[in-house]
Formats: sequence, structure tokens, C-alpha cells
Amino acid sequence: MALTGLQIYKLLPQTNCKECGHPTCLAFAMKLAAKQAELAGCPYVTPEAKAQLESASAPPIRLVTVSNNGTKIEEGNETVMFRHEKTFYHRAALMIRLKDDDPALQEKISKADSYIVDYVGIKLGVDGFAIEATADATKFVEAIKVTRSATKKPLILIAADSAAMAEGAKEAGDKPLLYAADESNWQKMAELAKSLKTPLAVKAASLEKLAELTESIKKLGVEDLVLDPMMNGHLDSLSALTQIRRLAIKKNFRALGYPVITFPNDEVLAAQHVAKYSSFVVLDDFDPAMMYALLALRQNIYTDPQKPIQVLPGLYEINSPKPDSPVFVTTNFSITYFAVNNEVEGSGLQGWLLVADAEGMSVLTAWAAGKFDADRIAKAVKTTGIESKVNHKKIIIPGQVAVLSGELEESLPGWQIMVGPKEAVDLPAYVKTMWKN
Amino acid sequence: MPTVEIPKEKWNGKVREVKIGATKEEGGSRTKTITIGGEATLPFLHFENTIPHAPALAIEIKDRKPADWSPLLYEAWGDAMNDPAAWAKAAEASGADLIVLTLSVATKPDEAKATVRKVLNATGLPLAVFGPGQAEKDNELIVPVAEEAKGEKLLIGVCEDKNYRTIVAAAMANDHLVTSKTPMDVNLAKQLVILIHDMGMPLERIVMDPTTGALGYGIEYGYSVMERLRLAALQGDSMTQQPMIVTPGEEAWKAKESKVGEGVPESWGEWKKRAIYWETLTATPLIHAGADVVVLRHPESLKKVKGMINALMSKGN
Repeated sequence: MALTGLQIYKLLPQTNCKECGHPTCLAFAMKLAAKQAELAGCPYVTPEAKAQLESASAPPIRLVTVSNNGTKIEEGNETVMFRHEKTFYHRAALMIRLKDDDPALQEKISKADSYIVDYVGIKLGVDGFAIEATADATKFVEAIKVTRSATKKPLILIAADSAAMAEGAKEAGDKPLLYAADESNWQKMAELAKSLKTPLAVKAASLEKLAELTESIKKLGVEDLVLDPMMNGHLDSLSALTQIRRLAIKKNFRALGYPVITFPNDEVLAAQHVAKYSSFVVLDDFDPAMMYALLALRQNIYTDPQKPIQVLPGLYEINSPKPDSPVFVTTNFSITYFAVNNEVEGSGLQGWLLVADAEGMSVLTAWAAGKFDADRIAKAVKTTGIESKVNHKKIIIPGQVAVLSGELEESLPGWQIMVGPKEAVDLPAYVKTMWKN
Repeated sequence: MPTVEIPKEKWNGKVREVKIGATKEEGGSRTKTITIGGEATLPFLHFENTIPHAPALAIEIKDRKPADWSPLLYEAWGDAMNDPAAWAKAAEASGADLIVLTLSVATKPDEAKATVRKVLNATGLPLAVFGPGQAEKDNELIVPVAEEAKGEKLLIGVCEDKNYRTIVAAAMANDHLVTSKTPMDVNLAKQLVILIHDMGMPLERIVMDPTTGALGYGIEYGYSVMERLRLAALQGDSMTQQPMIVTPGEEAWKAKESKVGEGVPESWGEWKKRAIYWETLTATPLIHAGADVVVLRHPESLKKVKGMINALMSKGN
């Protein structure tokens, strides 16, 4: 947790020597709190105070990186409990777990590895794989080799025996996540993670035991840790993950200040984990329908609330429109834009899509906020030159803002304002019945 | 072993308890009533404070067979969709805690009255009745419905900032409850509760509908508005302490992902599975954000969501 200026001031020499370039120690402390100055600017700060200040400025949840071949999964560094307070920074990784004795291992991995789904123009896929040892090191190593031949994505290695883990890690690429250190094997696992410079997951069935383990492991020099509180039910995992997040963010409890890994056994629990505080969500089955739904949810939850995803306002062409093609009006919120564009494009109809600057909000939200009104729509009509591209004077506005049609007729003399359907999905049917008339 | 002190928030407020439906003794004809709200902490954080009631699950039925629903919903409900009474019974059998009946634009006031009577006779569950969402039509249909079902403690709507007076007056005169619907905004939600309360409607008879988007189509806006409303309620802001109703069924089944099975990318996976995931994964985050009444459309989604809610309410296991 960040210290306040006054808390920092108490740790400074309080001599007002001005050598840091600030008039007083308090002024310097305020700059430090606002992250506008570096502690190195003070030549007289004591080593104890320095250590205290440095640890206080470390992020409450450590950033942990799992990687291979240039692909990185970065988790942690979260600073809030609720996305509206600022944003969630590092999107939860969605990964698939497979056992090393799975006869269809290669096939399953190839299929999931090549999976790509387009969501509002963003290409999304599975983030990586977890390979679980079921017997000896030989089988495990074999499976990891097979995995590596089928995917370049980062891996989680699941083995209880540190010797098998060591053998497997040799084949696993750059920085796999080793899963997991527990009460019985933590020393060996920590030594291994330290020598490989790779992150280590830690599991224990109570928060006390988990904290005790992470502290012990940290003393051995391994700091890139991931927590598994071993809670599988809906209620227990929500409680444990909320407590871990609160302890890290609100209490600055370092022993639990790490990203969390979970293994949900159904899509509803996986959805809870995406929304409520898991960083590595490891699924047992790869099903495109489920993966698409979870990826969409993950994108939604991790969207920065202060920066709605926008498209540039302006005139967009759908399926090479002609002068007699219809003109649709919508906002520049990306999801709204894609909904309209996809419907018209998918139906094979031609059309002009006039995207008004609604500050990145959806139709109803923008209308409620006064960002999608007659003036803005009229401005879009006038500035995009649509008038010179079509041989008619008709625009179709979203049904949700039917109330604007009167005002628009005044703002756009000579134009006919048509009220379209409320939902983009109904646009093709609307065009087929209403446009030709 | 390090001591880990479980961090608990000290909340000053809690959500109001609202009871929907009236039994014979209470002046209605319901065999079951349902109480929602009362949470004194964030959703399902039983370790922190009390949560007296589970979120209620509703199935939405229409007074006439809808023309534009997904084929999967026709497949699920079959011939029952031709008769609201049969549909209500099927919804009850699927495990719904209450029925939401939405009336169509084409419906006439007398037909609306008759349909509500039929549905009340067909099921003992509490009932919500909403107009088609067009101000004049809502008033035209909901006022006679409120009179017809006097004393039943129906949940009626749609009350919006531009059209709430007529429906609130009808609810007050006939002993019903109202929903207060606002477009994804904390202040607008609060404001409309104040306006409805100012007409004399007790707060114990108002349920907020903060509006949501579907998964993939702006759910994060509704989700965060609900989280903010619930935090405000727990922090003691009285006019945000109403229980919340949300309609993930309606929203999810509008999305192409649920609605259609052809002409979509292969990466979307199997249609029926995807459609149910879309509805359950729209409902799940909203339930974790504080939804008290969750209106669904498909019986399989209801079953799945009910299992989750049972697990989340089973403290002591």
C-alpha cells in the first residue's frame, strides 16, 4: 500500500537541508508520495528508512511472468477490489489442463492451440497449457516434449515430485510456472524454481499455511510466486479469493501479495474466477463455445472503465455501398459499432455506416449522458460528406433514440429521419421491409 | 505460523427486504411468496455479515407466442408458449421462484386482464407483470392488470423516469410493488427511487432495475453500476438500498451468439451449448454484483444458475 506524504516524512531526516532540490523535507515527502521524485534524491536517508520506503512502494500484488518464445503471460500488479475504482490491469489467463497419460494429448493441444476467435476485432485464444504428471518422470518429460511440438504458448507444469519437475522443466521452454510447492516438498521446489529462475505456485488449504509457506520460500530467494488456496466450491473460493485480494491491497499483507491460480470445474465457477480475483484460470476441457464465452467475459471485466473501446467517428462502407444504399447512424462505442457492422455485413446488404462521436459510449448510455443527440448526429451528417455520396436524403437512427427524430428533422432540413429497430440484430429484416418502400 | 486476520468491512447499511406476492391470508391467492434483499454485506460474503435471502430466479413468459425468439427457446418450451397459463406451469416445474409475464404491444387491456387472471390461476408462484416498454401502452395495460389482481402484491412495471406516475399510482391503489428502471447509471437509479417514493410508495415495495447488457455487449457497464449501487447501499445511502432485478435472459437471447446457429464463425462452437453459456455467463457476474431477482428464459440456464446459487448460499459446508 502506498504511504502518504506524512508517513514518508516521518522516515526522512527532517533537517530541511534542501540538497534534494526541495525547500523542505515535507515538500520532498509529498513529491515522493505523488511519485514525482525519487528517494535517491535524499543523500542522508538511513538504510532502515530506505528499506521501509522501498518495500512500501512495491506493488501490493507482485507482477509474475510466465513465458515462452516471446509470448508472455503477466499477472498481478492489481490495485483495486472493484473495476470501477480504477481498472483491472492484467487479464486473467485462460489455460487448459491435460494429463501426461492422455492418448490424444497432441491432438487436443493442437486443436486448442490453433483456436482463434474474433471479438470486436480483437483476436483471442487460449493463453497456454498445464501438463499434469500422473506417474514417473519419463512419461512426464515425454508429454512435455509432445506438448512443445504442438504449441509455443507458455506452460504450467503440474508435478508433486521435484525430480520429475526438474526433468520436465528442461523441455518446457523459457519460463514455465511450476505447480506446486506444498508443505512436504517446498524446499526442493523452491531450490528448483530458484535455479531455473522461473515462477513457483504454492498451495495450502488455509490462508495461514499459505502465508507461512510463501514466507519460507521467499527466504530461500524465490519471489515470483502464485497462490493456490485449494478452494473448489463456489462459496469457499469466492471467500478465499476475496480475502487474499483484500489482505494484499487493503492491508499490504506481503505474504499473500501474489496472483492466484484456480482450477474451476465448470463454466459458471470459471466465470466467478474471472470476475473475482483469479489470475490463472485453468480449465479441464477445451470447448470452443465455453472458451468464447469466457474470453468475452474476461475482455469485458478487464476493459478500462475510464477508457471505453472506441472506433474513429466517420463514415464506414459496408459491402461496397452504392448511392441508393441505406445510411445507418450509430455511436463510436466499439461494441455498438461492431454489432451494427456485423449484422449488416453478415446479411450481405450494402450500406453506409455513419458513426457519430458519442465519446465512446453505447447508444442508450450516450443518449442518457447527452453525448448522442440531434446536434451530434447532424454534425456527423454534415462533416462526413455523406450527402455527396448518396442519391437520397434518408438516415436510419437506432430505435432506442426514436425520441430524437423530431429534433433531427429540425437540425437536418430536407432529410427524412427513419427510426430503425432497437437492436442491431433486427436491422437486416428492417432494411428488407422498410428501405425499399 | 503467521496470523492472518480476515479483513472484514464494517458496513453502515443494508439492502431493504422486499416481499413479492400475497397468500390468501394476506389478501391474495399465492401459495408461495418470496422475500428478497436484506443483505448486510457484499454478495455471498457470509464471513462478513448476514445474507438472509438467496437471489430469486424468475422465468420470463409472454402473453402471446413471441415471433422473434431464438428457435432454441421454442424447442425448450414447445406448445406451452401458445398458452401463458401452460407456459407459467412449465416455468414453475422448471424450478422458477417467480414468474415474469411480459405483455405485448398488440395486446388489448381486456386481454391483458384475462391473461393475468389465467396465469394467477395456473400457478401459485408470485408474479411480476411488465408492459412492452412503451410508455402509453404500458399505462394502458398495467392499470387494468393492477386492478384485476388487486391485493396479489404483483411486481409491476415498467416505471421509467419519463413514465412512472400512472403505474405507481395503480400499484399504490391496488396493493402491488413496482420496478424502477433506469439506463445503467447510479445517480439516475437513485433519483427514480426518490421520485417514486415521493409519490407515497413505501420503499419496501420498490425494486430497482439498473439495466444490463449481455455478455460481450456491454455487460461491464451494468455490472459496475450494480457494484457501485450495492456499495452505496452498504455504506448507508438510503435511496440505493432497494433490491435489484436484472434481465440477463432477455439480453443474452438478443445477442447473435445465442439467437442464431447459422452463418456464424466456427470458432463460436456448438450453438446450443453456446446459447446456454451466454445466458448463464451473463447471469453469473450480475449475481456476483448483487442481483436479487434474475430473470432468465431457458430452463437449462435456470437449472445451472440455481445450482450455483445453492452452492453460494450453503454456508457451513
